[in-house]
Amino acid sequence: MDLSNDSNPLIIAGRRFKSRLMIGTGKFPSPEALKLAIDASETEIVTVAIRRVDLKNPEKDSILSVLDPKKLLILPNTSGAKTAEEALKIAKIARAMGLEPWIKLEITPEPNYLLPDPIETLRAAEMLIKEGFVVLPYIQADPILAKKLEEIGTATVMPLGAPIGSNKGLKTKEMIKIIIEQANVPVVVDAGLGAPSHAAEAMEMGADAVLVNTAISDAQDHGLMAKAFKLATEAGRLAYLAGLGPQRDFAEASSPLTGFLFKH
Amino acid sequence: MKPFSFNEILKEWSAERILELYSKITEEDILTALNKENLFIKDLIALLSPSAQPHLEKIAQKAHKITRQHFGRTISIYAPLYLSNHCTSDCIYCFFSPRSGIKEKRVTLTFNEIEEECKSLSSKGIQTVLLLTGDAPKIANLEYLAKATHLAKKYFHSVSLEVYAMEESGYATLVEHGAEGITLYMETYDKETYDKVHLFGKKKDYFFRLHALERAGRAGVRKLTCGVLLGLSDWHCDVIWLALHAKYLQKVCWQSTIALSFPRLKHTPPRFQLPNPVSLNELVQIIVAMRLFLPYSPFNLSTREPAEVRDHLIPLGITSMSAGSSTRPGGYSVYKTSSDEGEKPVLMQFEIDDTRTVDEVVEAIKRRNYDPVWVDFDPGSLIETK
Repeated sequence: MDLSNDSNPLIIAGRRFKSRLMIGTGKFPSPEALKLAIDASETEIVTVAIRRVDLKNPEKDSILSVLDPKKLLILPNTSGAKTAEEALKIAKIARAMGLEPWIKLEITPEPNYLLPDPIETLRAAEMLIKEGFVVLPYIQADPILAKKLEEIGTATVMPLGAPIGSNKGLKTKEMIKIIIEQANVPVVVDAGLGAPSHAAEAMEMGADAVLVNTAISDAQDHGLMAKAFKLATEAGRLAYLAGLGPQRDFAEASSPLTGFLFKH
Repeated sequence: MKPFSFNEILKEWSAERILELYSKITEEDILTALNKENLFIKDLIALLSPSAQPHLEKIAQKAHKITRQHFGRTISIYAPLYLSNHCTSDCIYCFFSPRSGIKEKRVTLTFNEIEEECKSLSSKGIQTVLLLTGDAPKIANLEYLAKATHLAKKYFHSVSLEVYAMEESGYATLVEHGAEGITLYMETYDKETYDKVHLFGKKKDYFFRLHALERAGRAGVRKLTCGVLLGLSDWHCDVIWLALHAKYLQKVCWQSTIALSFPRLKHTPPRFQLPNPVSLNELVQIIVAMRLFLPYSPFNLSTREPAEVRDHLIPLGITSMSAGSSTRPGGYSVYKTSSDEGEKPVLMQFEIDDTRTVDEVVEAIKRRNYDPVWVDFDPGSLIETK
């Protein structure tokens, strides 16, 4: 079986994607390094921080200039926003720039760990949906919040694996499992995935996609690392589709202790 | 529980207590500090102690790694824009002091002149600007600063100010007009030295300045930049107090970014000889040790340092650099040349040591495989209320 026969392809807000790896565009040493990573990853969704875009001369912006909107969905994000109002303002700026009305909603009032604010995120999602945006919210791995966002009409939920940039992997694994089990929208694991094995692990659990930035932007060879994440994401997806055997806490004994009960 | 006021914390950490800890640092303390994720003050003291100098390379490697992880290989570019060199406080180390003995011209730019300066800076690609004045609240008053901020916002994505300490309401007014950050160095946290080097004027009020950044944070300023003037007093204590201040501000102003600068005082007016010059080795030790203590804080480096030093410091924890700077009001356009014949030149705050153009600095950053970031604004500043 290969992924072209994936009976359950990634569809977000009615749009179909072959790649299940999304890439963040921050922190690369140069636009060329970013381009290399995007090409090698074969990603179809890249997210861009509007606060880093030269709004006065968007056509000269160094990040946007290496992104081909014909091949990629450029997903603007509201990074830096601390309130719902700020997020809404950024979303409108992005739409006015001619980007598609999709928005990765990030509201992080605390500047160090950049953890998402659940209250403002829910409020902003409502406002954005009313304005006609396709909303992909970055959230704490909180299953109840995930359901509430789904109910008001977000296109995905994007729970964090660990704090942004921490490379610590799936620290919130148990909660993400519950989110995946209960979700009716795609679940994208965002933030904290520091190695391809982390991405594979998320996909094996049944995540619909992963988003990676720091692990690729901080690599010595951006193209190689991007490719490693692409393969890991695909491997994890294949394993999920193949049906991983459940992990067992005990070995099954070859001479069962209670076997005699069934002999008569 | 309400946190202590910062003054309470300073009292807890007297110079005697800090120096006592320095004197007891062992090799093991330094290695422990190097391997920790969250450092205590004692760990920072270990990394700043003279016995940590042989471990400088290891500390630098870790500082580099942490900085890359949190900020990537990026350096934000900004430029200072001096609005005025009038000053009504007498700080013995500063060229702007009315008694510095320097007789050059004093000016406060008109709004038309500010606009000229903005145009000149933005034509060089600058998108982040720091507006500065002397300590003259009656000349460059709040209304003037608010209007200047609003004007600068037309040309730049991000506008911060480095001006005299003010009340919370003053900071709130600046935020309403689009100010994103406030830079305010305590100069020195050592009260005795502070009293000695600040001879008269409003700035002589140590406590009013000590609590100023906290007031700015409460007024909604999103980025607070603190620092000490390295060279005024023994840095071993001052840097610890600076670290305590940064941590304190992170807790009480939890929504604000707490940034640091490391200005090394080198050029002083003839009447003042620098009492505690800081060597380059020590500057590097300070920057890398502070990076381990404050992994998420932006670190700025101005053109007080020469080009070669700045280039070497890029990978050691610095995240933001000024470029093409002038410390003279009107220095980019209005008073660029030493004015007309026979007229006195306009006084600058200090001589800059990295005289490269913006383009040259950007090229140097790229040569080190770092991406110069021109735009990184706070979305809060998009919502101007005035």
